[in-house]
Amino acid sequence: MPAHDVLIIGAGLAGQRAALAAAEAGASVAIMSKVHPVRSHSNAAAGGINAALNPDDSWESHAFDTVKGSDYLGDQDAIEIMCREAPGEVLWLEHRGVTFHRNGEGKLGTRAFGGASAARTYYVADITGQALLHVLYEQLMKAHAQVDRYEEWFVTALVQDDEGDCCGAVARNIRDGSMGLFAAKAVIQASGGAGQCFKPTTNALICTGDGIAQSFRVGAPLMDMEMIQYHPTTLAGNGILITEGARGEGAHLYNAEGERFMEKYAPNKMELASRDVVSRSEQTEINEGRGFPDGTVALDITKVPRKRTLEALREIVNIGRDFAGVDITREPIHIKPGCHYIMGGVKTDIWGATNIPGLYAAGEVACVSVHGGNRLGANSLLDTLIFGRRSGEHAAQRAAGMAMPQPSEAALANERQMIDRIIAREAGGRRISEIKDELGEMMNEKCAVFRTQEGLTEARSTIRRLMEEASVAAIDDRGTVFNQDVLGAIELGYMLEVAECIVMGALERKESRGAQFRLDYPQRDDGAWLKHINLSPNGGEGPRISYSPVTMTQWEPQERTY
Amino acid sequence: MADYILRLRRYSPETGDAPYWEDFQVDLDGHRSVLDGILQAKDRTDASIGIRCSCRAAICGSCGVRINGKPRLACHMHLDKAVEDAPDGVISVEPMGNMPVIKDLIVDMDAVHWKKIQRVTPWLLPDGPDPEQEHIVAPESMIDVTQTMACIQCGACVSDCLSMEVDPLFIGPAALAKAYRFVGDPRDGQRYERLKDLSEDPHGIYDCTHCFNCIEACPKGVAPMSQIMRLRRIAGSDHEIDDRNNGHRHEKAFVKNIERNGLLHEADLLPDSYGGKFHPRAIPVLTSSLPVVLAALMRGKVTPKKALLHQHKASDDVKRIYKHVHDKEKRYELNLYVAGEEEDAGDEAGEAVQASAAGSQLPEERSPNT
Repeated sequence: MPAHDVLIIGAGLAGQRAALAAAEAGASVAIMSKVHPVRSHSNAAAGGINAALNPDDSWESHAFDTVKGSDYLGDQDAIEIMCREAPGEVLWLEHRGVTFHRNGEGKLGTRAFGGASAARTYYVADITGQALLHVLYEQLMKAHAQVDRYEEWFVTALVQDDEGDCCGAVARNIRDGSMGLFAAKAVIQASGGAGQCFKPTTNALICTGDGIAQSFRVGAPLMDMEMIQYHPTTLAGNGILITEGARGEGAHLYNAEGERFMEKYAPNKMELASRDVVSRSEQTEINEGRGFPDGTVALDITKVPRKRTLEALREIVNIGRDFAGVDITREPIHIKPGCHYIMGGVKTDIWGATNIPGLYAAGEVACVSVHGGNRLGANSLLDTLIFGRRSGEHAAQRAAGMAMPQPSEAALANERQMIDRIIAREAGGRRISEIKDELGEMMNEKCAVFRTQEGLTEARSTIRRLMEEASVAAIDDRGTVFNQDVLGAIELGYMLEVAECIVMGALERKESRGAQFRLDYPQRDDGAWLKHINLSPNGGEGPRISYSPVTMTQWEPQERTY
Repeated sequence: MADYILRLRRYSPETGDAPYWEDFQVDLDGHRSVLDGILQAKDRTDASIGIRCSCRAAICGSCGVRINGKPRLACHMHLDKAVEDAPDGVISVEPMGNMPVIKDLIVDMDAVHWKKIQRVTPWLLPDGPDPEQEHIVAPESMIDVTQTMACIQCGACVSDCLSMEVDPLFIGPAALAKAYRFVGDPRDGQRYERLKDLSEDPHGIYDCTHCFNCIEACPKGVAPMSQIMRLRRIAGSDHEIDDRNNGHRHEKAFVKNIERNGLLHEADLLPDSYGGKFHPRAIPVLTSSLPVVLAALMRGKVTPKKALLHQHKASDDVKRIYKHVHDKEKRYELNLYVAGEEEDAGDEAGEAVQASAAGSQLPEERSPNT
């Protein structure tokens, strides 16, 4: 049985950063991912990474912007840590070889981003996430003596010992269908978000909430699950993302009447208000009939000088041309709010530790919580790196003081049976893709920018029905080599479970805060709801709800205007 | 909505059957991608179709395939565009070349692509300890290497590299573009050593035959061949690395030969590549090539007159091209991010003319790029 001090599931930025940190702390490390690491969805983070590195800026200012952006639901101790450590992390990345944009003096240069009171976003054109991911993978190749890479391995379950501590995982080698039991003194979940619960979404097809569901199944509570970010600028139909960097560089939003409507909603920050605010404003314009017939508003990037666009926004020039047939340097492009990010996830402390000893979580899969009700643009890359590193360090520390656990072979046998049962399914069930599409379209209708009790209740019962249907969904592929059909069946189970938690959180929170806007409770209610909603498994009955306090250090809730 | 027929190359290692073609009819708007078509076939008809895919937006690099015989990202090719190149209106999709097939459209990139990436020591090797703050470097240098950072490791260039087809050990376009990412990075402390290594390797930078396939294949504008040529310029001209493969001398001989003759004079090219007819290095090469020369003479491919007395001289046009290149103070750098696209130059010139007509600015005062 392969055994490592630290096993990391997911090889995006959080996972790779955790692996490097754990290896540097002396641990033996395995990093496992269902895709090759450079295919991870961290690639898609285009705009940049925030840090108060400039002498005129301060980490306190960054932290306050983040707290305000979170609509005061973020835990301020964690936010302080993230913002304080941000400058060091950006320098670490620069030293490892990230080709950050420079200013005229050859120093790191910045661009403006939404919800920020200073230009503190460091970037590589509009491929920042990709550049970071590829540079970390360079470092991972360099560290091959300490870090074993299991590329294209699909985790099916976490394994616990008799005390309930997490002591490893079972995974399937996608290339040949063999199953393996992996022992580890600590496991770090870094497998990303769950955007595929919605359709359309900016998220990649791999973002199916695997780690959130796996952790939930072994009893790790989830937190803030109702907080789903709708990004203000996505393409209608396919949901492809247009980076916030476009607005950071000076692009404007117009409705179909040619009105720069953000003047009404955020007279000071305009297009660079928080994402929840901009998305809600757009949706209001669209709902009130001032959008275009395709249910969109216009993003006008021609305001940005053309040479600057070609140099700093080249990727979205390509996206506009290839996916919308629009030359963004010459004409506006139609966009709408689209599902983009889940602020919630597996509840962790400031070291990434979950309530299950030995199980850590970092990145989008986790909820520390630094994003609270709404994440600021360019804070997600930062979150992955800071808490990836911290969980890697802490997991290595835990591992240093203990013997290698011996996970039970029964766990492996269970997972083999689970897969055998899927492969042995009789014909006649609904197609997996059909169930997935119904889930996504339903969530995008009932659990989107605006929500109601009625819609969410319907959503819950639809999910329950889909769970039944998913358990007998049809299977075409009964082979062992790259059987993506079986993996799709398992992922569908993860998605449904995560979607149920999202809806339950949204039903529970009877107020409007951050990304959660309830038409039936349109006000923020600090008296009753300045607290986190936690969800834990409860047999087959769906999640059980409890609450935890929001940690406040120095910022009292204020009215939130931009 | 319209109907399209996708002809997919199927292969399952478990059946023992040979690869075969299978047609799927899909019903999608023409601006949707070939990947959308494959996913619809998978969703509606046969979920066992194997293809790697994730982002659907040409950033993750998973879905490299050959569409109508050309290497592409499946998500980056519209159905209506694909059908234009398709014989009989049937869009064919098959796995990439130069890499073993695992199943259907999925190839083993580890066996080829990633091995080659590892060959070029793909991580920054800075001199000394990390500075306290960031490295101070010229802004242009970072923009310059951003073109190679734009590589998403999809393998499209590897798929259709002709040199790799002939020499499977060739380091290849993707890995050499990755190498430029470090050689072009002023923070790297081993730039000379990297260049020396890649010049001396018989499967290194001089193994490329300039076929342009990788430039056409790349969906991200990395232009791997341009990066290989830039590695050669820096190795040969800037560092004067005279490699044992004779690559640099051969290039110099080529340039001189054309400058003199306008058309290639092959009888001079070979000895010049080795330092001239009487250079000790050239003698064994010339001797060993005698049988080929004799065979060519016997078959009438060359005549002694043609071989020894090259009549052609460079025309004024050729001389003008050489002068133009020589007179330029800085080398032409083949980089999209630095130079901008050609159309920009035209546009900006056009704008400048308009501006000057309005009396605000003369075209001569515009930036040198125009």
